Amino acid sequence: MSIAQSNKFGFTINRSRLIDYDSSDRKVREFITLKEPSFRLCFACGGCTATCTAGQHTSFNLRRMNTYIRRGEIEPLREEVKRCMLCGKCLLVCPRGVNTRNVVAAAADAIGKLERNEL
Amino acid sequence: MNSELFTLPFNLGLYFILIYSVVRSTVWFRNLSRSDKLRLQRGFFGRPFMDSLREISMESLLHLKIFRKNPVLGYMHMSLAFGWFLLIVFGTIEADFFGEKHLNPPSHAIFFRWFNPDHGAEGFAGIYSFWMDLLLAFILSGLLLAIIKRFTPRLMGMKKTTKHTWTDRIALTSLWLIFPSRLLAESFTCGVHGSGSFLTGNLGNALASFLPAADIAPWFWWLYSLSLGTFFFLLPVSRYFHIPVELFLIFMRNSGISTGDRHSSYTEVQTHACSSCGVCISTCQMSYAAGIHDIQSAYFIKGLRNDRDIAGITANCLMCGRCEEVCPVGIELGPMRLIERRQGERSDRTLKLQEKYSLMRRRSTLERRPTQSYRYLVREEPEKADVLFFAGCMTHLTPSVIVAMKKIMDSAGVRYRFMDENGGVCCGRPLMLAGRDREARELINHNSDVIWKSGAQILVTSCPICYKVFRESYYLEARVMHHSEFINLLIEEGSLRLGYLHKKVVYHDPCELGRGSGIYEEPRAVISYVAELQSSEQERNMSLCCGGSLGNLTLSSGKRAMIAADAARTLTLGLPDELITACPLCKKTFVQATETKVSDIAELVAAALPAPRRENAKKRPARRHSRATSNG
Ligand code: SF4
Ligand code: SF4
Ligand code: SF4
Ligand code: SF4
Repeated sequence: MSIAQSNKFGFTINRSRLIDYDSSDRKVREFITLKEPSFRLCFACGGCTATCTAGQHTSFNLRRMNTYIRRGEIEPLREEVKRCMLCGKCLLVCPRGVNTRNVVAAAADAIGKLERNEL
Repeated sequence: MNSELFTLPFNLGLYFILIYSVVRSTVWFRNLSRSDKLRLQRGFFGRPFMDSLREISMESLLHLKIFRKNPVLGYMHMSLAFGWFLLIVFGTIEADFFGEKHLNPPSHAIFFRWFNPDHGAEGFAGIYSFWMDLLLAFILSGLLLAIIKRFTPRLMGMKKTTKHTWTDRIALTSLWLIFPSRLLAESFTCGVHGSGSFLTGNLGNALASFLPAADIAPWFWWLYSLSLGTFFFLLPVSRYFHIPVELFLIFMRNSGISTGDRHSSYTEVQTHACSSCGVCISTCQMSYAAGIHDIQSAYFIKGLRNDRDIAGITANCLMCGRCEEVCPVGIELGPMRLIERRQGERSDRTLKLQEKYSLMRRRSTLERRPTQSYRYLVREEPEKADVLFFAGCMTHLTPSVIVAMKKIMDSAGVRYRFMDENGGVCCGRPLMLAGRDREARELINHNSDVIWKSGAQILVTSCPICYKVFRESYYLEARVMHHSEFINLLIEEGSLRLGYLHKKVVYHDPCELGRGSGIYEEPRAVISYVAELQSSEQERNMSLCCGGSLGNLTLSSGKRAMIAADAARTLTLGLPDELITACPLCKKTFVQATETKVSDIAELVAAALPAPRRENAKKRPARRHSRATSNG
């Protein structure tokens, strides 16, 4: 399929889903899964995002944050993780029993460690 | 027989511990904040000093609190502490009275029998010897219990005793040896001289009848002195350091010093005042309901004392406050955990012996930097209102509670504004519980701004978590009320007309509302007004945690469910029609854990509201009509 064709079908409407393994950093994901094993249970239903307190004020999205972690996209994660209020609503709606608050806390710790070169 | 060399270990130990105690308490005092220093100085010349003396005699000597909880355990502590105290006091009097001269050095009182072997054969001295023997027997009976407890903790009604370090073990052995060796030393000496009362006299005679008592006696006097000396030397590095430190703690507390929000002399004194009694362990639901046995406050304090990496222990706690409620020493365990949560990482190391003697610990922590930031929040311009209703994040997950509150306030004619109707900002308490106080401040400032601008007189919230932080960490003019208090006020004012529901209900005290904020009576008054209130096994200050607590960041959902199931079982033992709580989080948690209907107190009250008859009659056909048309 040529580029012109793909444009016609609207493939460029969404941001690229391409995972760049050169910039992907798995250490954060490993650190988080170690600290909060239930992170692996997330099946990206988005329930947490629908109820999120912070999400009503800004574009914060926990489901997207989880995806960043899984893909090892550290740069957007850095900003995303700051916005959660740890209020715990998501914890109560998550159908998979993911300990969401601790995922956020662990992600914040991971970013801190990354900055101190400890990860 | 007059060689005094054997008193050397005792004397060295005694003077060591006296000097050490004085120096260390001076260092603690110097490290207090200026205001705390003033408090302590003022306390020394005022009532607090007398109160402390009373408390010391009630708790440190008689151990009345433990006694009430568990008489056998109480007797054990009492016989050892109070018995030893009396033995020293009366021993000193004895030496002063019957000895060669007045004002003897302490060793003459402690080893009185050695220096006066013939004393106490008859008359008043005989009665005195009888009394001294009685005291020794009192202590020995307690010691026997302590040994039994060590090896079979279950017999003493304890689920688990704490583990010991090797210094603890040596100190413990020397403590155990003190009184048996005194008994034997005195008995052998009495056996030789035909003196002594019912215990030492009889035992002495029996032993002397077949043993060379005169040769053996000095050995036991050496053992007695050595075990005393060893005990004194190891005291600062063993768990028994709590004995002198507790006295200091009582005095500090009575002078009005409290934990505050960072490590200080006071937290240091508290860590050392823990007696590792283990009462907190058997109270903790994490232990008996969720099978997690290594995070309880006894272990937390021990880790702190030994400067271990306890981040995992610190985080894995419900912050329910039950342990603090039962701690016989009165350590502020909740605030201590929060301080530790605020700290950054702590490297895990084992303290060297000499470090344990050090006068003020330097904690190896790394300052935690803020991670969250809420600059995206937009300042609001709220409408003016007398009553402001803040549902709270959790209440938004139980919309029926909001509906009930609206009904109640409308029925009472309250003019209110719903502050977070379209989703508000979190109150900040969950962040604080996670040790992120600086981030919480941002949310607190945001919400305070809205509340101040609204000009409200009363701020009503449906969530105990919000309630606690509004009361403690916000600077507000408005009176903060939990909805149970507010409903109670409405009932008392007579602005709510309520029917009586013919139901038996049981009430669950939410941690943050009950133990956390001391609200026990208002919810009960409200419930009793509309239904029959049953009592439950563990209520008020000993109420159970539902397991849903936001205080625990790491607990898995499975373990939470175990705690919830256990708590719900205890609460519904009396087969109530409904389980009433006053917290949306408790409600959400219990709904999944029990068959019994779970309601919030607001829902119960809303159900007791009389149906608005006339309006209803008018509205009903209209509604049916509209539904019919929309369906058609
Ligand atoms: S609700 Fe739970 S499972 Fe669904 S996206 Fe959020 S974390 Fe993942
Ligand atoms: S804890 Fe964070 S992610 Fe979860 S609902 Fe609250 S603000 Fe959103
Ligand atoms: S914290 Fe209190 S209850 Fe727990 S072991 Fe120490 S003294 Fe006992
Ligand atoms: S606060 Fe509650 S969960 Fe935490 S140690 Fe104490 S009793 Fe256990």
